[in-house]
Amino acid sequence: MKSTILPGRRLSQLLELESESIHIFREMVSELERPVLLFSGGKDSVVMLHLAAKAFWPAPLPFPVLHVDTGHNFPEVLEYRDAEVERLGLRLIVAKVQDYIDDGRLMERSDGTRNPLQTQPLLDAITDGRFDAVFGGGRRDEEKARAKERVVSLRDEFGQWDPRNQRPELWNLYNPRHRPGEHVRVFPLSNWTELDIWRYIAEERIELPALYYAHWRDVFLRDGMLLAVGEVSQPRSNEPVMTKTVRYRTVGDMSCTGAVESDAYTVEDVLVEVAATRITERGATRADDRMTEAAMEDRKKVGYF
Amino acid sequence: MTQLDAGPSAGTLLRMATAGSVDDGKSTLVGRLLHDSKSILADQLDAVERVSREKGLGIVDLALLTDGLRAEREQGITIDVAYRYFATAKRTFILADCPGHVQYTRNTVTGSSTADVLVLLVDVRKGVLEQTRRHLAVAALLRVPYIVFAVNKIDLVDFDQATYERVAADFQVVATELGVEHVLSVPVSALLGDNIVDRSEHTPWYTGPSLLELLEDLPPLGDPAGEAFRFPVQLTIRPQAAARDPRHVEYRGYAGQIASGVVRVGDRVRVLPLGRQTTVVGIDTADGELDEAFAPQSVTLRLADEVDITRGELIADADSDLHATQDVEGLVCWLSDRALRPGSKVLFKHTTRTVQGIVRELHGRLDLDTMTPVPADALTLNDIGRVRIRLAAPVVAEDYTTSRRTGAFLLIDPQMGSTLAAGMVRPIPVDPDELEAETLNWSI
Repeated sequence: MKSTILPGRRLSQLLELESESIHIFREMVSELERPVLLFSGGKDSVVMLHLAAKAFWPAPLPFPVLHVDTGHNFPEVLEYRDAEVERLGLRLIVAKVQDYIDDGRLMERSDGTRNPLQTQPLLDAITDGRFDAVFGGGRRDEEKARAKERVVSLRDEFGQWDPRNQRPELWNLYNPRHRPGEHVRVFPLSNWTELDIWRYIAEERIELPALYYAHWRDVFLRDGMLLAVGEVSQPRSNEPVMTKTVRYRTVGDMSCTGAVESDAYTVEDVLVEVAATRITERGATRADDRMTEAAMEDRKKVGYF
Repeated sequence: MTQLDAGPSAGTLLRMATAGSVDDGKSTLVGRLLHDSKSILADQLDAVERVSREKGLGIVDLALLTDGLRAEREQGITIDVAYRYFATAKRTFILADCPGHVQYTRNTVTGSSTADVLVLLVDVRKGVLEQTRRHLAVAALLRVPYIVFAVNKIDLVDFDQATYERVAADFQVVATELGVEHVLSVPVSALLGDNIVDRSEHTPWYTGPSLLELLEDLPPLGDPAGEAFRFPVQLTIRPQAAARDPRHVEYRGYAGQIASGVVRVGDRVRVLPLGRQTTVVGIDTADGELDEAFAPQSVTLRLADEVDITRGELIADADSDLHATQDVEGLVCWLSDRALRPGSKVLFKHTTRTVQGIVRELHGRLDLDTMTPVPADALTLNDIGRVRIRLAAPVVAEDYTTSRRTGAFLLIDPQMGSTLAAGMVRPIPVDPDELEAETLNWSI
């Protein structure tokens, strides 16, 4: 990204954000024993992984990646995940919500969505792997509870976040110290916005799962959102199926992640669309965040991403 | 990426912090900036309008946009620093919104530590309060490069020029006392939007820019070429047998983020604390080699000699006059409920190095109202004091007033791991008389 150095030796905003994220990765890997990176194949985790690879180049990534699999996946996202793991020579750990449902540790919710069910498998995977630093792709611009989150955020032995008692975070001196059983969540993309992520994807020519770009898909309307017809998201009798040109702004549990109508076939088209949008990405596409004013805060307090 | 605008700040990030006393309308100001810069999207605005209606408010309460936690919305107060993001055609902003009441020092210190500019808000009817002085004092201590004084609620004094000018002049006096150089002031009504994004027709006597215009056009800080080169080593990158490309099996580089200055291939450098000299033979990034790199780039340096360098060491200009020391003098903002007393054991975290330390002396506490030091036996939450710390290993600590990056430190609780204090290195006075003289002015 040499081209984005400005006169007077100043970095473009993307280069400055990139540099900050790389610094965060290097700090945590140096100060902690067993980091892991949450990788779902969603665009934020893809950008995070790209930055992590840059931080340690030419050495390989010094930690494994973890996918908390809801079982409600878009098939093309799983394919993408596996191809990336292969391409970068990563060690992938998969924690499956389905396993928990099968043996009765978790119950399927009445609304069928599995995003909130990811917390327990995530916490168990952290405990089993003895991970002390968990890199997540959360951004502060996503949601108002996330706006209060630290870059390095302590979780107690129950994985809980205490938003009222967070460590002050000063300069670029991060403090990841914790007691046995505790861990830190680390958010290297804290200061990135959705538009920054897309600009970076465009500049760096980062490949994404194809569903981020416009494509034909059978969808139906539920609660104001376009849901894909699939194994886990079947239309009810009063929900007619339509074939539309859509794309996804976020990727999650297929049963509650909505598509948006879009003609953005390329990353440049998406940039134009994102810059002009009047709806937040979570507002547009996530049923689980619409449940209550504090849905994200409540999930985060008990250990969610 | 094509630049939208060719101005000197185009395409850059501006990190700003906001501070103000309770009820000065800070959340409203932040909400207004986000709203009028079209950074609030329709679904967020719908939610705020709905809640405002449910609460029976006559107008849309923009403060609801920024109070993110359940407890904040319930109590109608802002508890913790929140980060906001907005962009205009000219610039992108990262805004640290620092609440003004409980733990105001802690929050203002946190927000100011990374800020390029602090927007300090006052109610024009109340003028410069003790808390305004304190916020400004903290910003001066933390060396925030620019201060913007937003004189709010100008609508409530009928947009009166004389009232505004009196408050702005009072503020200028305090700023001069504290040695703050770059102060700009602007009359605003956050509630109604006057002079926030567009210049207001209600203040024809004010010919300056709106708050947002002012922030957009703040000149960038100086060229890093004017600074000394400082590079704290984060880690050694040595792939050895794990290298995915066989050409990198022998690779050895020192990774870090440039804290200040510029480095070029061929530069002679010193590695501290030991002071060995060597030459930079390569500046690497994953995107290729560079001829030159500057702060705050993250790069990996290759050096000519097989020097054994580890995390925590500092690579600096060969001709820089730097010394490692085990005795550090500094100002600390105490952020913990547990008091600090002489003899306390701490961890001292500075750049990429953490060493054990003992607080040997507490020289006193800063009275933020009078900006003078007063004797103290202990520091408690929100106190600012001056301490001498003895370290278990030498560090290269520079005066914070010349380098925010290499002059800043944290004190950490060795048992709990919590962050106890934000610290700023000050030079150790050579003789007692000098200490006396400096004490008079040790805040700034």
